[in-house]
Amino acid sequence: MSQGQYVAAAYGVVFVVVLVYVAIIAAKLVRLEREAAELVELARRRAGGNAS
Amino acid sequence: MGLALLMALFVAPEDADQGVSQRIFYIHVPIALTAYYCFGLGAWKALRLLWRGEERYDLESYVAIHQGTIFGALTLITGSIWAKASWGVWWTWDSNQLVLFLTLFLFYCAYFMLRFSLPEGPRRARSSAVYALFGVALIPVSFLAIRLAEDFIHPTTFTREGPQMTGTMFATFCVAWAAVTLLAYVLYRVELAGKRADRDLRELRELLS
Repeated sequence: MSQGQYVAAAYGVVFVVVLVYVAIIAAKLVRLEREAAELVELARRRAGGNAS
Repeated sequence: MGLALLMALFVAPEDADQGVSQRIFYIHVPIALTAYYCFGLGAWKALRLLWRGEERYDLESYVAIHQGTIFGALTLITGSIWAKASWGVWWTWDSNQLVLFLTLFLFYCAYFMLRFSLPEGPRRARSSAVYALFGVALIPVSFLAIRLAEDFIHPTTFTREGPQMTGTMFATFCVAWAAVTLLAYVLYRVELAGKRADRDLRELRELLS
């Protein structure tokens, strides 16, 4: 490998790791959003049941 | 981050001794300093947890150490690549700086084994905090090892006489350091917000069920 390829590899590894990390956090936030929506729906049903 | 990349790869002059591989310095050193900072922050939050007993510091300490471990892994990977380019080997056990950083990294990897082997609650929070505080003692040792050691394998850029580089190189390093610190801060805030939301949702689900 040439010196330039080592430099590209070092910066590339950092880029890929940060990208994977952000993707994991984004997936987790999507799951949290879905769970929050489910809980809101559950709370609404409970509130509706109590009112009737 | 874009500006830091631009400066590191195109603006900073090529090093007369190491050539183009020296450009790894602009990503490797800021990442290593950020790893130290994250471990230090984790220990500081752990101290506050033990001092004040506030539960929120447990999560803050955990997220900071998690960030530190990620940046620590990146330090080892980029350092290995730089070592291969400069010294012709991926790793050498002869450099105290490398071995001490690996020890620090493995110490904080074991933090997660301890944390997840205990049931959630005050006992886990206190045990994790005490462990995080022990690890912080390794940070100054690791940081100063290169100056205390006489192996001269790992290069010393910052000496008592100041930074051993040109003005443009130093400016590039400062921009890269600021960019990596900012990146770490943003990732820390986002991960912390996610963990808090996760905890709140679990509590809400238990209340509604």
